[in-house]
Amino acid sequence: MLNYVLRRLLIAIPTLILISLVIFFLVDLAPGSPASEIPLTVPPDVREKIMESLGVNQPVWVRYGLWMKQFFYVEPLYGIDAMFGTDLAQGAPRLISYSSRVPVFQYIGERLPQTLTVIGTAYVLAVLIAIPIGIYSAYRQYSWFDQIGTFVAMIGFSVPTFFTGLLLIIVFTVNLHWFPSIYNTSLSVTDWASFKTQVQQMTLPVITLALFNAAEISRYTRSSMLENLAQDYVRTARAKGMGERTVVLKHVLRNSLIPVVTVIALGIPTVFGGAIITEQVFKINGIGAALIGAIQVNDLPVVQTIAFLTAILIVLFNLVADILYGLLDPRIRYD
Amino acid sequence: MPDGAQPVLDVRGLKTVFRTRAGEIHAVNDVSFALQSGELLGVVGESGSGKSVTMMSLLGLLPMPPAEVRAGKVLLNGQDILHLPPDQLRRVRGAKVGFVFQDPMTSLNPVFSVGMQIMEPLKKHLGMGRAQAESRAVELLELVGIPDARARLYSFPHQFSGGMRQRVMIAIALACNPDVLIADEPTTALDVTIQAQILELVKELRQKLGMAIIWITHDLGVIAGIADRVMVMYGGQVVEQAPVKELFANPQHPYTRALLLTIPKITGEREARLKVIEGQPPIMLGAPNACPFRARCEYRHAACDATNPPRRAVDGQPVGLGHDVACHWHAPARTEVAHA
Ligand SMILES: Nc1ncnc2c1ncn2[C@@H]1O[C@H](COP(=O)(O)OP(=O)(O)OP(=O)(O)O)[C@@H](O)[C@H]1O
Ligand SMILES: [Mg+2]
Repeated sequence: MLNYVLRRLLIAIPTLILISLVIFFLVDLAPGSPASEIPLTVPPDVREKIMESLGVNQPVWVRYGLWMKQFFYVEPLYGIDAMFGTDLAQGAPRLISYSSRVPVFQYIGERLPQTLTVIGTAYVLAVLIAIPIGIYSAYRQYSWFDQIGTFVAMIGFSVPTFFTGLLLIIVFTVNLHWFPSIYNTSLSVTDWASFKTQVQQMTLPVITLALFNAAEISRYTRSSMLENLAQDYVRTARAKGMGERTVVLKHVLRNSLIPVVTVIALGIPTVFGGAIITEQVFKINGIGAALIGAIQVNDLPVVQTIAFLTAILIVLFNLVADILYGLLDPRIRYD
Repeated sequence: MPDGAQPVLDVRGLKTVFRTRAGEIHAVNDVSFALQSGELLGVVGESGSGKSVTMMSLLGLLPMPPAEVRAGKVLLNGQDILHLPPDQLRRVRGAKVGFVFQDPMTSLNPVFSVGMQIMEPLKKHLGMGRAQAESRAVELLELVGIPDARARLYSFPHQFSGGMRQRVMIAIALACNPDVLIADEPTTALDVTIQAQILELVKELRQKLGMAIIWITHDLGVIAGIADRVMVMYGGQVVEQAPVKELFANPQHPYTRALLLTIPKITGEREARLKVIEGQPPIMLGAPNACPFRARCEYRHAACDATNPPRRAVDGQPVGLGHDVACHWHAPARTEVAHA
């Protein structure tokens, strides 16, 4: 098992290097330059100095090497320093945003909590409601519950989040005045009243995202349950005198969850992608908004770093999914 | 068979239909049989004749819908179990009646250890604690001939061969000392030598434990070796029923006679070639008002199309106890058959 994980991590290294190359050079090739953000009134020699200080004038290979070094070496050192109060980094130059001049990781660190609160809550909620719905839909296939579930899931899955989001805003903000449509990032939860406000402002984005994810996960759960309910071992369990609860929630569910867990794990990184739109709709100041903002002002380091972090998450959760698969299915062996 | 003693299992007039788009399929039509304690009843019939559906109907194991058990009585030790509420029926399944299914490769749950799967009914029906159930499970695995049972208790099904898995299935079925063991083609999916081993095992277990057994098979050769009595099914009905020797010596129904010609004879004269029963088994759509075998029967006459023949005694004993047959045609006397 440990061997397997180590081997997978080793294989991940060339994969990630390749991805980093693609990300870095593609973003670099994109039209537009950080120089276009400098006002035209700035004299040429100053402009040249600014460009130099940004490191933009160096050859692309050098910039790539520096980015990699900062990403994998300097920034982790700063991270350790921040955590333990050490001084390992010794003032080495950090990965800096072109536009805001703050370190990229600090910037991401400021944006991440909003994303995690909203997106994380939405995903957990989606899983928690999707699995029971999937189980019951399969157990009572073609019942009213199942038919309505299928219908709602189809809608949730096929209607884009910007549409659901806007629809919810029209109904619940504009018409009913129940929930705000704009997410106030600076709100800090200190007491009951601010907690209530926080829950209120999270409601609409969370519902928007949860509906989308729950639709997908409940479909997976349902089809996996259906497949397993038809298996011979289910009849064996019933012939042993096991109750329906044991048959469905132990024998069938345990088998059905194997592919579902994989799908859930693989879905975690892609959730961030889907969040970009939702964050725009509800004006949430999270990672997605940071990425869009950075693209608009040619803030290459921020774009490259967020894109690469997403790639790392995808590789990581692929590994997590494979490990979970093996833990859940005794037939899988790691060697 | 001790006359007059109450049978362990007494099935009367069982009728099961499937509701499908095409109409109602009469998969089990007025099936009656009795199983005495310690007896081994063989059930034969070709694919689709309703053997499995009959046995699953007894314990409510069919998916409902589409299945519907429409009529009949199933008396287990005198108690009608057909109309029991679900929770009481569950106390019968696995406890009083054990079931072994055809395909051992898929009949065990792949994600749970065999030990856990054996212990489940022990805990549920006998209220055993973990330690007690564990030692009983080891005992059962040893009983069905799995070497090194304690060490293999927490192995998973995929770590066992097909024959071993069927032994595990038998151990599960026997876990709570049932009065009746129903084995639905338990050896069909196994290769010949393993089949023989499983047969030996069941014979041995029967001697040791003395439960009544219903053994379903396609294979009359197997029946000859182990059964006390045989019930031949065709088109969802019992077409002939007799003690095993009697059936082989004096088959009455054209279908039984044809079936007997399909088994290769090892002793005595060889058949010139194995006879194949011409035609397709019927699809039991619509009310069964005529003999189900008539389309393939060489003795078909007007009565066969007009009425579904009831079971009638052949040897003067009451229907169900001695030799009976459901056929309008009367087979010639025994001596002629022997030379036929
Ligand atoms: N789920 C179902 N839906 C509709 N009809 C069914 C269903 N299950 C069984 N049947 C019908 O019941 C009939 C009897 O099936 P059954 O499984 O009892 O046959 P069998 O004698 O056990 O055959 P085999 O030797 O192949 O196991 C079949 O011919 C089929 O038409
Ligand atoms: Mg069958």
